[in-house]
Amino acid sequence: MKTKLPLYFLAFALISLLLGITFGLCASLQYVFPEFLKEYIPFSKLRPFHVTSVISWIILSATGSIYFFLVYVERLKLYSDRLLKAHFWIFALTGLAIYISYLVGYTEGREYFAFGPVIMIPILLGWVLFGINYFKTLRKAVSGWPVYYWMWGTGIVFMIYHLTEAHVWVFEYFRENFIRDMSVQWKSYGSFTGSWNMLVYGISIYVMSKIKGDQKMAKSKTVFFFYFLGLTNLMFGWAHHTYFLPIQPWIRYVAYAVSMTEWIVLASIIYNWKRSLPKVKLENHPMATRFMMSADVWILLNLILAILFSIPAINFFTHGTHITVAHSMGTTIGINTTILFSALLFILGKLNPTFNTNQFSLRRGLQLFNITLFFFWCSLLTAGIKKSYWMYFSKKGLFSEMQDAMMTVYILIFVFGTGLVIALCMISFPILKEFLRKIKR
Amino acid sequence: MSYLEFGYFSTFKARLQLLKMPTDTKKYIVIIAILIALFLVYNYIIYTNEGYTAKVELSPMAMEGQLLWQKNNCWSCHQLYGLGGYLGPDLTNVYSHPDKGPVYINAFLNSGVKTMPQFHFNESEKEAIIEYLRIIDKTGYYPIFDASIEPSGWVNIKYKYED
Repeated sequence: MKTKLPLYFLAFALISLLLGITFGLCASLQYVFPEFLKEYIPFSKLRPFHVTSVISWIILSATGSIYFFLVYVERLKLYSDRLLKAHFWIFALTGLAIYISYLVGYTEGREYFAFGPVIMIPILLGWVLFGINYFKTLRKAVSGWPVYYWMWGTGIVFMIYHLTEAHVWVFEYFRENFIRDMSVQWKSYGSFTGSWNMLVYGISIYVMSKIKGDQKMAKSKTVFFFYFLGLTNLMFGWAHHTYFLPIQPWIRYVAYAVSMTEWIVLASIIYNWKRSLPKVKLENHPMATRFMMSADVWILLNLILAILFSIPAINFFTHGTHITVAHSMGTTIGINTTILFSALLFILGKLNPTFNTNQFSLRRGLQLFNITLFFFWCSLLTAGIKKSYWMYFSKKGLFSEMQDAMMTVYILIFVFGTGLVIALCMISFPILKEFLRKIKR
Repeated sequence: MSYLEFGYFSTFKARLQLLKMPTDTKKYIVIIAILIALFLVYNYIIYTNEGYTAKVELSPMAMEGQLLWQKNNCWSCHQLYGLGGYLGPDLTNVYSHPDKGPVYINAFLNSGVKTMPQFHFNESEKEAIIEYLRIIDKTGYYPIFDASIEPSGWVNIKYKYED
């Protein structure tokens, strides 16, 4: 009997998503009602809960999907089921440890990894186990790897490197030089995102090639060209985060030249895929395909935004505002989440061909998701533009007065955020229910 | 792999396996090896370069302040050089701001505000946080009102040592 652990990863991923969006909604409410829950769980405590949960959603769903594809779809024998088991329990227990550490206030870390740095050790161990299992499984079993195997392997290796790099601040050598410290910190964050994108985009290419029934697209020279471009971006394209840190100009020149080509990569791949998609195949995985096409739209919107603010003259005005948040929400929710939902629906189609992926909750959920996310995204852009105007043009009044003047926009962010939470629940619940049913059997 | 990466490729068995690989795979491995070599050099320069234009080091007290900044998730709401959360203001130059400065920071640390909870810091903790913000202030400017924007889209930022 095949291991059910990939499904455990996926069920935990969906639970993390539901927790993450709940924390996010509470945090956005504190923009509107600053006193709300302030004494019990202020924004400074809510944000780490939100960030950790949504990152866990991406990581766990990507990891679970990869394991599932290897074991259930490719029918490969894993190098070690024990390593898989150890990997799962390490991640599950570490996740629990992180939540407990947040509750008791053990937060010595930094943005995105607020927990004490010691908790990163088991997380790294989990990734190492994943890496060993992944490479050992594929090394002999598959020759002439399609691009997604390269992408997943790259994602795992660079994840280990950049998670480590994000914690070199524990050494005084890095911490004592503030500018170097900030550079390395934001370098690691940029590349950490690039690493999970390798996993997620690899999944998108995998699902697309399976739906289309075409292995050639995952082995073409073009797709490998884009993979290497993406890898270059992962390695050298981080510094657009730090255009305005007083670092040496050549670092910023490199970033300007390299940054954001990653979006062009995926847009091109999906565009070419959709154009040649035969109608008959759509019927096999209709919702998985719809989610993938939604990702296409979000790539286009975020591509425009990303290209614009990779230009330093524009970044100058957008940096430090909610335009950055719009970009991160657009990419993590609009692109990553739709691709991952597409993968989950594809997986459900494999697990249970009678599962109705075209059901009301999923269909309407996707529509509501796209509409509310669009307005949520626009509201964040508006908040960013207004703050930038206050910073560089009007220069009038205190920060708190500027915040008060933005109340309408913050209310809109909360309202559309609520709609988004409802949409994500409509999509997540039936999928989670089905996974839990499969796990119980 | 059961051997360390480089050690592994030096073995006869590994060379044999490399020969068996499809041509494209070999090509891809070479490209990745080149990129990784460049990446290592690049990282070495980033990690060791002393030539940053703002060479300001944190004092032991500022490091304490930095740890308090982290322990209390100050970055959740505040930014340094525009990096962080957006519920509170950027604090890069709060120390030298003509209308703000150490007394102003101390008052906020004492009482909190509408959105900022009261953290109940003791005197030495408050001093450490203020020292941390003082050192950060010395490293540069943000927002950089005196930056010059070129027609090419490039922005020349103003460094503190230029004053």
